Amino acid sequence: MSYLRWLAAFAAVVVALVVQVSLFPHLAWHGIVPNLCLLVVVAAALTVEAPFALVLGFAAGLTLDLAPPADHIAGRWALALTVAAFLAARMRQDVKPTALAVVGTVAAASFVATSLFALTGVLLDDPTMSIAGLLEVVLVALVWDVLLTPFVLPPLMRLFTRLNPQWAAQ
Amino acid sequence: MGTLGGHDGRERRWTGLDRLESRNRPPRSLLVALLLASITLITLDVSGGGSSPLEPARRVIGEAFGPAESAAAAAVRPFTAVPAWFRSKDDLADEVRDLEASNAELRGQVELAGFDRNRLEQYDGLTTAAADLGSALVPARVVALGSRQSQSFTVTIDAGSAAGLGPDMTVVNNEGLVGRVLRVTRGTATVLLITDPDSTVGGRVGSSMEIGFVTGSGSLDQDAGLDLRLVDDASIPARDDTVVTWGSATGPYAPGVPVGTITEVYTSLREASQRAVVKPFVDFSALDVVGVMVPSGSESDRAVVEADGSLR
Repeated sequence: MSYLRWLAAFAAVVVALVVQVSLFPHLAWHGIVPNLCLLVVVAAALTVEAPFALVLGFAAGLTLDLAPPADHIAGRWALALTVAAFLAARMRQDVKPTALAVVGTVAAASFVATSLFALTGVLLDDPTMSIAGLLEVVLVALVWDVLLTPFVLPPLMRLFTRLNPQWAAQ
Repeated sequence: MGTLGGHDGRERRWTGLDRLESRNRPPRSLLVALLLASITLITLDVSGGGSSPLEPARRVIGEAFGPAESAAAAAVRPFTAVPAWFRSKDDLADEVRDLEASNAELRGQVELAGFDRNRLEQYDGLTTAAADLGSALVPARVVALGSRQSQSFTVTIDAGSAAGLGPDMTVVNNEGLVGRVLRVTRGTATVLLITDPDSTVGGRVGSSMEIGFVTGSGSLDQDAGLDLRLVDDASIPARDDTVVTWGSATGPYAPGVPVGTITEVYTSLREASQRAVVKPFVDFSALDVVGVMVPSGSESDRAVVEADGSLR
C-alpha cells in the first residue's frame, strides 16, 4: 500500500509538472502559470501524514528545479515546497477539511512558496527582478492556484485518502 | 499528574489528545533535514558555477522529462493551433516550408540592416558574407516554457543531441534572434532566451557598426525590450536603427543575426556609456517554430535546411 502511495504521488507530480510547462504556457498571464506541483503537495499534506507530505514537497520541488526548461539554481523550489508542505500539514485538522479551509491552505501555501522562491532569488542574486515584478508574480500565481483548486484538489485528496493505510482501515 | 491518577477517563482523554496532536504536528527534525538538504543543493549549485555537480542530475531528469514534454506539447498543439487551422496544416511539410521562408527572410533582414553591406565594403567579398550565414538550420518546436515564478526565461525545444545540437548554438526564428542552447539531452534542448536578465549578447548597430552588449530586461513584453550599452561612448546610436549580433568564433552567437530595433536612447553620464532600448524582432510570448544554427553538413536525425535553402 505504501509503495502504491509513493507511486501515485510520484505520478501526480510528473503529470503536474508536464502539464505546467507544456499546456499552461498557452493560457499563461504574462508568463505566470499555476503551480500544479504545489497543489499536489498541498493535497498530500491535507490528507496523509506529515512526513510523507514533507518528503513529497522536497521531491516535487527538486523535480521542478531540475526538469528542463528550468535553469535557476537548484534547490530553491525544493526549499520553498518543503516549507509549504510543512505549513499545510500544520494547518490540517483531524476532521475532513472544509472547502474553505482547503482554499485557504492553498492560498497560504502558494503565497509562502512563491515568495520564498523569490526571496532566495534575491538573496542569491540569481536573476535581478524588481520588487513590483515580484509582487505581481506572487499575487497572480496565488490567484491561479486558488482558481485551479476546485478542479485539482478534490480528486487528488480522494486518491491520497484511499491509498492511506491508516485511514483506509477505519 | 499524580494527583489526577484516579481520574482514569480524564487522563486517557488527555493522552488521546496528545497522540492526536503529535499525529497532526509534522516532525521538525525532518523539516530541518530537508531544509538543510535544499540549502546544500543550493550551495553546491552556486559554487559549482558552469560545471555544477548537479549538471548530470539535470541531464538525467531532462532525458526522462524531455519525451514527456514533447508528447504533451504534441497533444496540446492541435487545440492551440485551432485559430490558425485554416491557414496551415500542422505537419512536417509545412514546418519545413516555414523554416525555408524564415531562412530567406532572415537573410533579407540582415541585408536590410546594412550589416552585410558595411562588412562587404570594409572587409570581405561577397562569398565570405554569404558564408557567415552559411550554417544550416535544424528546425524544432518549442515544447515547454519556464514559468515567470521560476524567474528564468528558458524554453525547451524538441531537438537534441540526436539532431546535431550542442551547447552554445544560436537559436533563431523567422523574425530574428531567439537565444542560445544551454544544455542538450538526446531529444530535447534547453534554450536561454535573450530576454533573460542573465543573457548578454554582443550586439552591433547596423548602420554605424558600433559594438555593444545587449542584455535581457526580464519581461516577456515586447515593448519592454532589451538593453543595449555601446562600448564607445562617443557614438550615439540612432533611433530605428537595427541591432544585429556581433558574433565571434568562440562566442555562442553567430554573427549577423538581427536582434531588434532601437526605440529609445539614453546617455548615462555616470557610467560614461550610451544606453539604448532595443525592441526585439521576436515575439517571445508566441514562440513556436525555431531554427538552431548548426555547422553546415552536420549529422542530424531530421531534415536540415541548408544555407542555400535546399533541404537535406
